[in-house]
Amino acid sequence: MTKLAIILLSAVFINNYVLARFLGICPFLGVSKNLRSAVGMSLAVIFVMMMATAATWPIQMYLLNPHNLGYLQTIVFILVIAALVQLVEIVLKRYVPSLHQSLGVYLPLITTNCAVLGVTILNIDEGYTFIEAMVNSLGSGLGFLLAMVMFSGVRSTMEGSDIPESFKGLPITLTAAAITSLSFMGFGGVIENLFS
Amino acid sequence: MVEAILTAVIPVVIIGVICGAGLVIVSKVMSVKENELLPKIRECLPGANCGACGFAGCDGYAKALCENPDTPANLCVPGADTVSEQLSALLGVEKAEVEKKIAVVHCSGDCAHTQDKVEYRGIESCKAAKLLYGGKGKCTYGCLGFGDCMNACPQNAICISEGVARINPNLCIGCGICTRTCPNRLISLIPDRDTAIVGCSNRDKGAAVRQACSSGCIGCKKCERVCPQNAVKVNDNIAVIDYNKCEDCPDFGICVRSCTTGCLVLLRHDEKVKIEN
Repeated sequence: MTKLAIILLSAVFINNYVLARFLGICPFLGVSKNLRSAVGMSLAVIFVMMMATAATWPIQMYLLNPHNLGYLQTIVFILVIAALVQLVEIVLKRYVPSLHQSLGVYLPLITTNCAVLGVTILNIDEGYTFIEAMVNSLGSGLGFLLAMVMFSGVRSTMEGSDIPESFKGLPITLTAAAITSLSFMGFGGVIENLFS
Repeated sequence: MVEAILTAVIPVVIIGVICGAGLVIVSKVMSVKENELLPKIRECLPGANCGACGFAGCDGYAKALCENPDTPANLCVPGADTVSEQLSALLGVEKAEVEKKIAVVHCSGDCAHTQDKVEYRGIESCKAAKLLYGGKGKCTYGCLGFGDCMNACPQNAICISEGVARINPNLCIGCGICTRTCPNRLISLIPDRDTAIVGCSNRDKGAAVRQACSSGCIGCKKCERVCPQNAVKVNDNIAVIDYNKCEDCPDFGICVRSCTTGCLVLLRHDEKVKIEN
């Protein structure tokens, strides 16, 4: 139980996929303009991460490993993730059309979102059991949500401030992202001491 | 050799086929029925997403037209008669005229007529300036001059000249976005025809207006007395014009000529053509 808690918390705070591992930067910068679509995007990513782990972990353990096909990992995982993202898109279009519209091109881009592929591959590399892998992907997704919500707040504050002409747009956004990321480095080493 | 290739290819193909088949089934089950008229209607609309029709952008209006047959087909102001005609043909309803509208600024307090009361060094936006004691100018009702409306205008029809927003009537499409951005609500949409407009929004008493601006409406009611059509009424110390009565005026422009401060101005079509040439 303690191990699961450590996995969950370290996935959210210490190894935060966006702010500490620098994966999934594209939607982080692209969809964080307002809170609503940021939360929607993060929920979609959490869902896709969990589904992808649930699908890829058994494939790795029961199909690829017994037949020494470990080298097919990347291509098989991308295939499965792409199919899952399409599934999410169809479901969203049917039930939440407004969210589907506001996510726009970023939803199909989850297909090639390195955060999702990163979670599935790291789950295997870390040698997690199925439950641990699921907890890790949930934590990674929650970390993504946390980063998105925090950064959409930062961006909405920037909207009302007087920014020098040459910093407007992407430069100030990247600077703010760097500072937000820096603040997350402060969590390093906290979790292990919390449970020892 | 062949065996090695097959052991790699076959699992990938099987997984791919399973995923593909799953997606086909799901997309059949969850397919969204789209009204076939919707893309056609959407194509007719100009796509400016100005919101002058009262719906959330062109998509919203197209959806409303499809779903509710009572939605009038003549709401698109930028598209004017051509779009109304196309929409009526598509929906099979009788064509209705679109009254063209343009935006006018109800303030004429430029540098020559009014002065600043403070020096403002904050964010260059009307909204921000308004929060500090109602703006930097002497008149708290007047144009703040930072150009929030200019930045919002999709047609680049507005410019700030001598501290007051001015709208080019040839470029204005009457979408009304500027009327909603002005923190002092100085801009209004009026029917696009010959008429007099009031270039002031100050509701203070005459003496106070005089101190703030030399071209402000002091509520002297002279225009009300001379108007042969009874189109001008002074309400809350400011002249208000009924544009429907103004057009057929036998002595067009009498109110403007008699105005004591010069806050009444004429909007004339022949002048508009002159700018065009």
